[in-house]
Amino acid sequence: MGLDIRLPVGIFFTLLGALLVIFGWAGDQGIYQRSLGINVNLKWGVVMLVFGVVMWALAHFSRDKHDRR
Amino acid sequence: MSSMHPQLIDWLIIALYLAFVIGIGYALKRFMRTSTDYFLSGRSIPAWVTGLAFISANLGAQEVIGMAASGAKYGMATSHFYWTGAIPAMVFLGVFMMPFYYGSRARSVPEYLKLRFDEKTRAFNAVSFACMTVFSSGISMYAMGLLLNLLLGWSFDFSVLVCAGIVLVYVSLGGLTSAIYNEVLQFFLIVFGFAPLVYIGLKDIGGWTGLRAALAEVATSQGFAPGAWTHTWAIMGSSQANPMGVEWFGLAMGLGFVLSFGYWCTDFLVVQRAMAANSMLAARRTPLIAALPKMLFPFLVIVPGMIAIALTHHAGAGFALPAKAGGALNYDLAMPLMLIHYFPTGMLGVGLAALLASFMSGMAGNVTAFNTVWTCDIYQAYIRPSAGDRHYLLMGRLATLFGVALSVGAAYLAARFNNIMDLLQLLFAFVNAPLFATFLLGMFWKRTTGHGAFTGLLAGTLGAAIHHGLSLPVGSAPGVKGGWLVLLHTYPSEMAQNFWTAIVAFATCFCATILVSLATRARSEQQLEGLVYPLAGGAQMQAQPWYERPAVLGVAILTAAALLNLVFW
Repeated sequence: MGLDIRLPVGIFFTLLGALLVIFGWAGDQGIYQRSLGINVNLKWGVVMLVFGVVMWALAHFSRDKHDRR
Repeated sequence: MSSMHPQLIDWLIIALYLAFVIGIGYALKRFMRTSTDYFLSGRSIPAWVTGLAFISANLGAQEVIGMAASGAKYGMATSHFYWTGAIPAMVFLGVFMMPFYYGSRARSVPEYLKLRFDEKTRAFNAVSFACMTVFSSGISMYAMGLLLNLLLGWSFDFSVLVCAGIVLVYVSLGGLTSAIYNEVLQFFLIVFGFAPLVYIGLKDIGGWTGLRAALAEVATSQGFAPGAWTHTWAIMGSSQANPMGVEWFGLAMGLGFVLSFGYWCTDFLVVQRAMAANSMLAARRTPLIAALPKMLFPFLVIVPGMIAIALTHHAGAGFALPAKAGGALNYDLAMPLMLIHYFPTGMLGVGLAALLASFMSGMAGNVTAFNTVWTCDIYQAYIRPSAGDRHYLLMGRLATLFGVALSVGAAYLAARFNNIMDLLQLLFAFVNAPLFATFLLGMFWKRTTGHGAFTGLLAGTLGAAIHHGLSLPVGSAPGVKGGWLVLLHTYPSEMAQNFWTAIVAFATCFCATILVSLATRARSEQQLEGLVYPLAGGAQMQAQPWYERPAVLGVAILTAAALLNLVFW
């Protein structure tokens, strides 16, 4: 109905992933002791970023297809 | 106990989440033109979306907090709520029941009861369901208020009012579509927010082998066999052999059959999601698509609880569940404390947003089901039958408002039981357990009559109450836990008592419905066209290629669930 839910989900996870990647990459590295030394912000941020971009792209391309018709 | 110290980035993530939740509501506002849009999303949503919303609506506090708590308290056997309970019931709903719900064009489960039986059966169901949704959402809100108070230092009132306010805004703006769309966002956030916790937790404790060894200590220290926390069926031979205090028959019948089918197949909260699907096939696929991720949820929500109790018993692990005033461990804190223990700032914000998401999706699920049942089955049916569509749309929005207000009231009443799950099970046992007998007979035996169904429901609910009044879990005082009539039987645990209450309710309703149906006049076959299995009529499926048939997908899902049961036997 009207709005493709993949669009907000895609944008949300793209922003969230990007935020975590930047923070994990540039931020204080001393905070990862509690996560057993794993930079979970960077690693999981990449996963969420990829998921978000894929969802966004899916919504975008299916809208293009729809418009052409 | 340690509380959270979220940093700027954590607050940013939470703010981002809240902005999207409300933004989705706003974006959908302009599509809400008729009451069908508002209550049924115009029956226009694809199956994968309704499928994810189907799980998410049930993914409230009772799921995330309660399942982790049960994982700590009972171990892997908690997965029976999924692999023995939910999955078979969801497959049954998709394969056998959805054709009649969707095909009848009813807007709600009570409305189906009206079409199939009569007005009084609908009224009974509509009123009891409306009360139950308000209670459930109140319990959810209570748990949330308590938790946010503990973790973030927010006052209980502030937490409850803020979260209720946000749910109110997005549901009243965008109706069911807004709730469903947000449930999809919440679903992904919950999965992404908790998955790294399981990974880090397992890594910390030495993988599944390490967890099993640690839980063997937990089990033996409480007088059970070493495998009591890691097996699901091997420990069900007697109620003394497992921490749940149930045996295989009560478990399979009470939970696996009566309670699960009663909840997943008749509870409008979840069925409403499937009813919003854009075609019959999509409606039938909704619970089946939902079953796929649902099957993996034990690893996401139960395993963190198991890790929490293992660490608590392991001196020097640097993690322990706090004790409550009475000395018992506060199991409900398993999930939030694990988040604090393992997540650095950043991921902590995601985990906290996921926790908020679970509270909100559960609350919104209840609120949307409540506003539909109130408007369609109570207000339109008995108070103002023939107003224009705009009037019902307005009433739906108002019902959202006072549904939320009543839930807030219920939140303040919900402070009695140790484990949230037990209270919900008790509510389901009284209201839902007899209901499945009514649907089973109503959908598959055309001779069932309205009088039969109504008497059966009353008898079943009464049966549940009487059984509860005659029995008591061991170590409890007569009163709210049972035994308020005469104490005839003592159960080894509260859960065993709940399962047997459900079995009694189901059996009473089943017998009473058959007896009264046989003594009263059946409806003509024309009136039942498309409403019962022997007269499927218009509800009959068009032929699909075999791999698209819901039954094939259903069998595949059941096989996978059976395998999981075997692997964790």
